[in-house]
Amino acid sequence: MGISLPTMNDRANESAAAFISCSNVVLDFQSRGVSQRVLSDLSLRVLSGQIVSLLGPSGCGKSTLLRVIAGLIDADSGRIEIRGQPISKTMPNATRDEISFVFQEPALLPWRTVWHNVMLPLEIRGLSKLKEKRDTIEHLLQVVGFKSSDWHKLPSQLSGGMKMRASIARAMSTNPKILLLDEPFAALDDMLRSKLNDLLLAISKEQKCTMLFVTHNIAEAIYLSDEIAVMSHGRIAECLKVPIPFPRESKMRSSNEFAAYYGVVSEALSRCHS
Amino acid sequence: MKSWIRQCSPYIAPLGLFLFFGLAWHLVVQWFDIPKIILPSPLSVLNALWVERWILLRASWVTLQAASAGLLCSAVLGSLIAVLFSQSAALRLALYPYVIFLQTVPIVAIAPLLIIWSGYNFRTIVLVAVIISIFPVISNVTSGLLSVNENLRDLFRMQSATRWQMLIKLRIPAAVSQLILGLRISSGLSVIGAIVAEFFVGNSGEYDGLGTIMTARQAQLKTAELMAALMACTVLGILLFALVNLMGATVLRRWTRTTGFESEK
Repeated sequence: MGISLPTMNDRANESAAAFISCSNVVLDFQSRGVSQRVLSDLSLRVLSGQIVSLLGPSGCGKSTLLRVIAGLIDADSGRIEIRGQPISKTMPNATRDEISFVFQEPALLPWRTVWHNVMLPLEIRGLSKLKEKRDTIEHLLQVVGFKSSDWHKLPSQLSGGMKMRASIARAMSTNPKILLLDEPFAALDDMLRSKLNDLLLAISKEQKCTMLFVTHNIAEAIYLSDEIAVMSHGRIAECLKVPIPFPRESKMRSSNEFAAYYGVVSEALSRCHS
Repeated sequence: MKSWIRQCSPYIAPLGLFLFFGLAWHLVVQWFDIPKIILPSPLSVLNALWVERWILLRASWVTLQAASAGLLCSAVLGSLIAVLFSQSAALRLALYPYVIFLQTVPIVAIAPLLIIWSGYNFRTIVLVAVIISIFPVISNVTSGLLSVNENLRDLFRMQSATRWQMLIKLRIPAAVSQLILGLRISSGLSVIGAIVAEFFVGNSGEYDGLGTIMTARQAQLKTAELMAALMACTVLGILLFALVNLMGATVLRRWTRTTGFESEK
C-alpha cells in the first residue's frame, strides 16, 4: 500500500485484549410522551483489530448504537464494555480517550484551518504543544493525502472528499483504540468512496484500530469488514463473517467471490426488511 | 458602451426615481403655492443643507459618537449577557422576560425618566442608545451560542472537553456571525436612540447633537433646516450601518472565505 503510520510502542501489548462488547442493551426514546424502542435487547461482540460493519434499513438503530458505544447516550439497561471497562456518559476520561468518532458530515470547525482542526482533540487534552504529537499530526495529514501546502487552508476551501479526509485524520490524532464511523462516505461519489475505503483499511492495518462502521452500502461493508452485523428493529438480526481474505484490493470488488457474497448479504438484508 | 450601461444599470432606476420624486415635489410646491413653513421646496432644503453644513457636520459628529458608543456598549454588554444566558438555563428563564421588556419599552416614554436619573449629558444619550440597541445583540448571540451543530458538540464531549473549553473553542467562535447580524440591526437602532434622547436632552445648551438641532429648528419654524437635519440623520444611520457591515465582512471573510476549490486528485 505504501502507506505507513508511526507505530506506537504502547499499542503492541494491548492489542490482543481490546474489544467491544454489548449485552442485552435496551434503549427507548421518548417523544411527546410516546415511548419508542430504538435498541431492543441488542448484543454484539467485536474482537480486537476487527472491522465490523453495521448494515440495515434506515431507522433500525445503527447510528444510535454507535452513539451509545461512544458514551454519548446512556442505554436504559444492558451492559456496554470496552476492554472490560463499562461505558456510559460518566465513564472516566481515560476510557473515553480510547474512542474516536467520525460523523456522517465532516464536522470541521469552519474558522480553523485543516491543521488546527486535526489538532483540536489534542488541544482540548492539553497535548498540542508536544513536539512528538505535532510530528504525529504532520504524518497523519500526509497519510490521509494532504500536501503540506493544504494544511493551512480553511474547510471552506476544500472539496467534500478532502474535508472527510481531514475528519478522519482528526479522529486518528488521539491514537484511538476504537474508531466509530457513522456513514462517513454517504455523501461522496463511488470513486472517492472506494479510495477512502482503501485509506481506512490502511489505517486499520497500521494502527491496529478496532472499527465499527455504519453504512447503507453493501459493497462497502463487504470490502471493509471482517464481519457484517445486519441490524433490524433495534437488534442484530444476523452476523455474517466475510470470507474474502485480507489484504483487500480494489480489483477484488469485481471477483466472482465478491459478487456471490454480495448476494448473500443482500438476501440477509431483505429478510430484515420483510 | 454597452458594458458601461450594464455596469450602471442597478443605479439608474433608483437615481431616476429620486430625480423624478424631487421634481414632482418641486412642482407641487410651486403649483399649489405651499407655504415654506409647511413644505419647503427641495431647492430650499438643499440650500439649508449648504448654509448649515458646518453646524450639521459638527452635530452629526456628536451624534455619531453617542450612537457608536451606545452600539459598542450594546455589543460588549449584550455579548456578556448572552454568554451568561448560554451557561445557565435558570438564569436565562429568569431574565429573558426583562430582556424582552427592553425591546418593547417605549423609548420616548422612558427617556425623560432617564434624564432625571442620569442628567442632561452625553452619558444619558449613550444610555438610551444602549437600551434600544442591546436586544438584537442579546437575542442573536444567545441563539448563536446555543444552536451549535450537534456533531460538533459531540466531538467536544468525546474529548472530555470542559464547559470552559466548549465555550471558548466552540460556542463563542460559532456565535460570531450571529453577533455581526445582531449588530447590523442594532446600528440603525442606536442612531435612533441617540437622536430621540437628544430631543429631550437638547435644550440644555451643553450638548449639540442632530436631535438638539432638530428640536431647535422646529421651535424656530425653520422647516427647510429641519429637513436638512433629517437628511443628515439618514446619512448618519446609513454610515454607521455601512461601517458595521464593512467590519463584519472583514471578520466574516475568515469564516466564509472561498478563494479556490481544491478538487480531489
